Amino acid sequence: MEGRRADAMERLENIKYHPAGSAALRAAFPATVPVLTGYLCLGMAYGLLMAANGYGPLWSTLMSAIGFGGSMQYVAITLLVTVFDPLQAFLLAVMVNARHMFYGLAMLDKYKGLGKLRPFLIYVLSDETFSLVSTLEPPVGVARRDFYFWISLLDYVYWVAATALGGLLGSLLIFDTTGMDFALTALFVVLFLEQWKKRENRPAGVIGLACAAVSLAVLGPDRLVIPAMALVLAALLGGRKRLCT
Amino acid sequence: MYLTPVQTLGMILAVAAGTQLTRWLPFWLFPEHKKPPAVVTYLGHVLPPACMGLLVVYCLKDVTWLSGAHGAPELIAILAVAALHRWKGNVLLSIAGGTALYMFLVQAVFA
Repeated sequence: MEGRRADAMERLENIKYHPAGSAALRAAFPATVPVLTGYLCLGMAYGLLMAANGYGPLWSTLMSAIGFGGSMQYVAITLLVTVFDPLQAFLLAVMVNARHMFYGLAMLDKYKGLGKLRPFLIYVLSDETFSLVSTLEPPVGVARRDFYFWISLLDYVYWVAATALGGLLGSLLIFDTTGMDFALTALFVVLFLEQWKKRENRPAGVIGLACAAVSLAVLGPDRLVIPAMALVLAALLGGRKRLCT
Repeated sequence: MYLTPVQTLGMILAVAAGTQLTRWLPFWLFPEHKKPPAVVTYLGHVLPPACMGLLVVYCLKDVTWLSGAHGAPELIAILAVAALHRWKGNVLLSIAGGTALYMFLVQAVFA
């Protein structure tokens, strides 16, 4: 009841001050610029790579629009040039993207009561979008729902548009973009620091870093994600009494 | 193209189905009208910082620490991002500055 009332208040506020949610767009856009930079680079490279493997802009864009999962799309290129095996593609996608399950768990509360927008927000919950929506708070006067919506939509559009662009004219690119994808690493570093500002977040942040580093050192770059997730989960659950203060 | 258009579409849908399963599963397991168990709420609070740490390491997974540039461009750029962020506290500036420095390092210094 309390929650529903707060929701209604929020909605009312939104109607009163921002009829078209344009303030939400203005608040969301700057937050997504780093994602734009990173996606432009990686999305175009993806379109280019697909084209080099015989899949033109139509196919690469379709994959980005429906599949929408950066690293898995790169992995899938190797699957598109061998025997047709959709089951393997499905299982590999589950494994490569397993970390998204953590994102869902973390967003259960924030994505509550968002009505018709909710399925879309869940569909496009990528690493980058999750990092933004889980770390940033909407400014005063901007409804949570609209803020999340614009961040999610903008990120999605960047990725799909960059793929199309890469497929269409990637080979004509004259400007050396080597290293531009570091924008995403920098984004995660900054959002890590934003989380770090809250003292109670620090132990969990260290757990994330340490578990991933151990997993990388022991298993190497190709198999690190799932063991790292298991370690993170074990550490967070094991330390629950101490972390829960 | 190695696959037929229909097969390609099938592959796209298979990739999408796998990815979407990982995105929807938590929301299916803990529907919004039901109060999730306390441990899930707890995880919801501690997972964002932990995931951010995991993602930082994940981005660095292909760095060759023992050969080549020994991860120097990455480490220098990350330190620059952190320093800029501490100094100005502007998300965009920290990211743009760090990325520009990184591009310069890998294109001109450690090339």
